[in-house]
Amino acid sequence: MRPRLPASHHDASRRGWQYSLHIDAPLLFALVGVSILGLMVLYSASGEDTDLVWRQLTRLGIAFAGMFAVAQITPQVLLRSTPWVFVTGILLLFAVLVMGEVSGGAQRWLDLYIIRFQPSEMMKLAVPMMVAWYLADVRLPPNRYHLLAGGVIIVVPVLMIAKQPDLGTSMLIASSGFFVLFLAGLQWGLLGFLTVIAAAAAPLLWHFMHDYQRVRVITFMNPERDPLGAGYHIIQSKIAIGSGGLFGKGWLNGTQSQLDFLPERSTDFIFAVLGEEFGFLGILLLFAFYIFIVIRSTLIAIQAQDTFTRLLAGSLALTFFVYIIVNTGMVTGLLPVVGLPLPMISYGGTSIVTLMAGFGILMSIQTHRKLLPT
Amino acid sequence: MLRQLTLKDHFDEYRLFSSRTIVLLVFSGLLLLVLFSRLVYLQVIAHEHFTTLSEDNRVKLRAIVPTRGLIYDRNGIILADNLPSYRLEITAEQVDDMPSTLQALEEIVHIRETDRSRFEKLLKRKPRFEAVPLRFHLSDKEVARFSVNRHRMPGVDIQAGLARHYPLGSLGVHALGYVGRIDEQALKTLDSSNYSGTTHVGKTGVEKSYESVLHGTVGLEHVETTAQGRVLRVLKRVPPVPGNNLYLTLDSRLQAASEKAFGDYAGSAIALDPKTGDILAMVSLPAYDPNPFVNGIEYTDYTALRENDKEPLFNRALRGQYPPGSIVKPFIGLAGLEQGITGHKSSTYCPGFYTLPGSTRKYRDWKRTGHGTVKLDDAITQSCDVYFYDLALSMGIDRIHDYLQHFGFGKRTGIDIQGELPGLLPSPGWKRARHGEPWFPGETVITGIGQGFFLTTPLQLAVATATLANQGQRVKPNIIHTAGQAGSSVLQTVSRQKDKVIAINDPAHWDRIIASMVHVVHGVRGTARHIGSDSPYRIAGKTGTAQVFGLKEEEEYDAEAIAEKLRDHALFIAFAPVDDPQIVVAIIVEHGGSGGAIAAPIARSILDSYLLDKAS
Repeated sequence: MRPRLPASHHDASRRGWQYSLHIDAPLLFALVGVSILGLMVLYSASGEDTDLVWRQLTRLGIAFAGMFAVAQITPQVLLRSTPWVFVTGILLLFAVLVMGEVSGGAQRWLDLYIIRFQPSEMMKLAVPMMVAWYLADVRLPPNRYHLLAGGVIIVVPVLMIAKQPDLGTSMLIASSGFFVLFLAGLQWGLLGFLTVIAAAAAPLLWHFMHDYQRVRVITFMNPERDPLGAGYHIIQSKIAIGSGGLFGKGWLNGTQSQLDFLPERSTDFIFAVLGEEFGFLGILLLFAFYIFIVIRSTLIAIQAQDTFTRLLAGSLALTFFVYIIVNTGMVTGLLPVVGLPLPMISYGGTSIVTLMAGFGILMSIQTHRKLLPT
Repeated sequence: MLRQLTLKDHFDEYRLFSSRTIVLLVFSGLLLLVLFSRLVYLQVIAHEHFTTLSEDNRVKLRAIVPTRGLIYDRNGIILADNLPSYRLEITAEQVDDMPSTLQALEEIVHIRETDRSRFEKLLKRKPRFEAVPLRFHLSDKEVARFSVNRHRMPGVDIQAGLARHYPLGSLGVHALGYVGRIDEQALKTLDSSNYSGTTHVGKTGVEKSYESVLHGTVGLEHVETTAQGRVLRVLKRVPPVPGNNLYLTLDSRLQAASEKAFGDYAGSAIALDPKTGDILAMVSLPAYDPNPFVNGIEYTDYTALRENDKEPLFNRALRGQYPPGSIVKPFIGLAGLEQGITGHKSSTYCPGFYTLPGSTRKYRDWKRTGHGTVKLDDAITQSCDVYFYDLALSMGIDRIHDYLQHFGFGKRTGIDIQGELPGLLPSPGWKRARHGEPWFPGETVITGIGQGFFLTTPLQLAVATATLANQGQRVKPNIIHTAGQAGSSVLQTVSRQKDKVIAINDPAHWDRIIASMVHVVHGVRGTARHIGSDSPYRIAGKTGTAQVFGLKEEEEYDAEAIAEKLRDHALFIAFAPVDDPQIVVAIIVEHGGSGGAIAAPIARSILDSYLLDKAS
């Protein structure tokens, strides 16, 4: 059995409401800001569909409530429950592969009668938690044996999710696990070696790709190849963003989005709506929030007091950034089309809840710190 | 799980973590830099480019078809009209149950199998919000029946459009022409932007020749559409300019009388005003109804028209090339007088045949017993062939050719309807080029009576006759009287081009030739005397008979015995009144036999109709 961490003895009365409620105010304000901006863009992107915006608002409410709830869990409890969460997640993924619901050509959902549930969402948190848990009492930087064990923790769920197929999520999870290893001190030499291996394995990856995934890669290389087919999304989203200019066409006035030229405009391509209607300045505003959130989260990681919370917080902060950069890179044509939503803005269910639960963990880490003697 | 307990150096770990965090933040910053360079490129540098693309996406141009100009005759009687035409359209997205709707519709309007299959093909191709036509040209009854039942069929609607209609049917069809659907071939020659949306184009006659005047200028609608093409609103509208209305020189009443005068004969007649060149009637028979052509004639009907022996689709007035026969005699006679080869007093003996010096081949006169001693006047009046054989030989083919050219033989008249043929005025040069053979004297002889290689169109004959009537003033025939916008008080009268005047040595020669032509009609021995006896006005005319096939030297021509299609063509030219010519006619009756007996009475009815009914 692993040794218990000493119980925290935080003194709420001496540190203010943020600590008694286990809320990190700067993070909360930034998240609320992004959400408001997101709802505005969504209202326009959905063609002024109030019902849809209400549903998203409800979802955000649930997600924020989830965040508050998670924030109340002490890091110690989190640490202890980590192996159970991870094992449950693996079992659920296995269940999905065996008996999951097929939706949109992919088997990602598990029907739990009450709610439909994507176990892969759970793994977004469970994988970095598990790697951090494993490295918690290891002497860092980790030796090869520990790195290999960490690698296995990452690769097993990633492969199971990739098989669904859900390339976007599996890559995201892989990178969140990788961040824990990297922050724990993964040797540069080994990193270089892994990079070479990955590059060499790329043709192999191509071989195992689904046809639609190959088309996405080809389309990314040359979107004009099939402007009305596979290239249509990216061409139209570039037109939307480009025609937005510095100041945008104005809220509800984006012709690309309002006239249906932009596909997936309330989900994966919602960034293009923002770019079209609010222009470069609108994008700057969104990124001001995003960058603030990433930096604040990184600060929480740096201030964290033990290995588990530090690694976990750091990984969560950087994964959030990956989320942003992959979606915006895709919509602007810098990256191939992978089905990743724009965090807090895209219309959609489970991913917001997971994301906010992650911020709940960050808040918990920040507000359950022990007072160090001065 | 057993794990090796290791000592952790928390300070070292913290330092390691911090340095790794900084590395990742720097790396993230670099990624952000790339992203923002991309955004600056898209939104600042290439902004204009993408704005254009976005506008191209959003704004579509929609053509508004101009209304085609109407065509009237010279008296304002409408010849080509635009009538409302109703089509039945179905918008798929508003229909709950397509099969039952179609079934219900079938009880109300007639739906052919072809309509149905075309509809189903279109339905698959077009977006669901777009109306797809099921039936065109609904009858009034069908429109009425549908209107009563409309409430039962959401998504089904009637759209009104305009369709070309020719109320007088086949009357003057060879002059008027018709419009038909634009085909691929026509598309190549048309201005594609002006014709975007236009479905029909002039195919023949005035409809074709004056296409640019009748069509008008396309209007444009800038509409905002969704990605699927659904029109949201009209941003800008440039109204179309309707086509100009045309008033033809044609007199539809005279045209009707002329066509009626032909009875069942095939043939052609041109009536024109010698002072202006205005075409008063242009007959080419048999004719056909242009209305079925407008929206695509049934294949069987078209085949029937094409395979008809009498060739109703053939425009004889402009494209029929016939030997002029004795019609040329006044012209050859004038040439003889002018060139001093003959005089009005000099005479020739006609034994009923003619032989070339040193040859035994006989060129026969139509009158086997001969005309006896004839002067030029007798020769024209009685249409003596021998006189003109002799005159032609004395004149020689070159002088005949050069003189007849002045009257427009062998050249297109330049009428403003496309498709005219030039006929053929033979010459030795032509024969050498065409047949590689020299000219033979015998060919000169028969050219003197308008046979041999000589070919003319009815229009050329009319124009040449007008030149005679005008005593040398040539005219260019034209079919358009005035053109102008509907409702506009300014009607532009088309300027008539006065052609050149034929120079003449002795103006008295005109009078002599015209007098002889009067004798043809009013003289005791005139070949057309039976149309002149009861005429209230004086007519100058000339009969002609054109051989369809050659008789052997000793063969007797017996009109009764030979098949109708081998019978001679009957020709007649005339103008009246002689003192102040107001109308010129040229008639060709195919296989009519005799010019005097068949063609002349037709001319008389045309002249009566124009000169007498007009006065009353």
